[in-house]
Amino acid sequence: MESKIKFDLITPISYPGEGSAGATGSWRVFKPIIDREKCRKCLLCWLYCPEAAIRVSEENYPEIIYEYCKGCGICANECPVKAISMVEE
Amino acid sequence: MSHPLFKVIPKEEYFLPGTPACPGCPAALGLRLLLKALGPKTVIVIPACCSSIIQGAYPRSAIKVPLINIAFAASAATASGIAEALELKGIGDANVVVWAGDGGTADIGLQGLSGAAERGHNIIYVCYDNEAYMNTGIQRSGATPYMAWTTTTPTGKREIKKDIPLIVAMHRVPYVATAALAYPQDYVMKLRKAAAKKGFKYIHLLAPCPPGWRFDSSKTIEISRLAVETGTWVLYEIEDGKFRLTGPSKGLIDKSKRKPVAEYLRTQGRFSHLSDEDMAKIQKIVDENWEWIKRWLEG
Ligand SMILES: Cc1ncc(C[n+]2csc(CCOP(=O)(O)OP(=O)(O)O)c2C)c(N)n1
Ligand code: SF4
Ligand code: SF4
Ligand code: SF4
Ligand SMILES: [Mg+2]
Repeated sequence: MESKIKFDLITPISYPGEGSAGATGSWRVFKPIIDREKCRKCLLCWLYCPEAAIRVSEENYPEIIYEYCKGCGICANECPVKAISMVEE
Repeated sequence: MSHPLFKVIPKEEYFLPGTPACPGCPAALGLRLLLKALGPKTVIVIPACCSSIIQGAYPRSAIKVPLINIAFAASAATASGIAEALELKGIGDANVVVWAGDGGTADIGLQGLSGAAERGHNIIYVCYDNEAYMNTGIQRSGATPYMAWTTTTPTGKREIKKDIPLIVAMHRVPYVATAALAYPQDYVMKLRKAAAKKGFKYIHLLAPCPPGWRFDSSKTIEISRLAVETGTWVLYEIEDGKFRLTGPSKGLIDKSKRKPVAEYLRTQGRFSHLSDEDMAKIQKIVDENWEWIKRWLEG
């Protein structure tokens, strides 16, 4: 039901959305690059990414969301077959 | 496509990327995994701490479930009220979760936590323990370990770490557990177990913090694993009064199976000032803790 009275109301309520701190990929100093030839699709990189900046493709390959990836290097450090290298931006 | 991992850790994300968390942040990962474990029917209560930043800046939120920010000391009381209200509204199956730092748990929120535990409200209280007040610039808390550097303990903290999970367990609550980020399956199973029980549940998650502990952001998981492998951090649960070791900690009762504590301490700048005697003293504290555990298990 539409209210008859119009409020000019500012509420302290936030709504969910990506990029609440902007495109955090710009923070990166080193960029993780996945070598698909080496990747065994274990998804440990996806599991441990603190930023949820890795998505999983239809074929279960990890794909880095570079818009948000901060380049922390956890994925590269945890990959059991060293399929991720950190390359300076 | 299905994947064996998705059976335990759902593919669905409720934590949205592009947050203000530092690179390699343990609180971000802990919250991301918590939301995967508990799913969308969850309400989160966050007191002042790094997570009140990580959750996203107005007008956006990084979290896809309802979330409320509250004054430092009030998180457990707020969650208690929400849980009671939901019960009255007939949605008592929602998870009401406090997600608080160690400062907000071991020090400032302790009376609220104790009150809620004693009254037995139907909530899950999770403390992510980065062992200092990180959001305000690395001040010591009751949960800072012995000899750790912080800005208020420049030569190392002289007191030992306050043992919050055991203090909570002594309230005779139905479930208390510890967790570590290197073992997400163990953590997620504990959260689900807590959610399935009525009453007050408590989980204490060790949260290695790159800027606060002085290590490279790529090492968060590696250091979490070392904390467990050296026996410095013990994975256990206390279910209806029954103490049980879980995950890799089950195999560490025998000292020879544990890595030397120095292997953990040397990875962190906050312990870089430690002498060999200090290291030996910390090793002794860890070994004595395991002796206690051994006696409990022998009953
Ligand atoms: C009553 C009150 N005292 C002090 C502060 C300032 N303050 C905000 S966050 C914070 C540190 C919280 O430490 P902890 O609970 O360990 O969480 P962390 O920041 O480490 O994630 C402090 C002291 C506050 N917001 N309210
Ligand atoms: S951790 Fe390595 S092997 Fe496993 S999915 Fe990621 S890139 Fe592939
Ligand atoms: S570098 Fe860090 S933020 Fe980027 S994808 Fe790897 S784990 Fe995620
Ligand atoms: S200081 Fe530590 S806990 Fe706080 S946002 Fe940074 S990494 Fe996370
Ligand atoms: Mg803290």
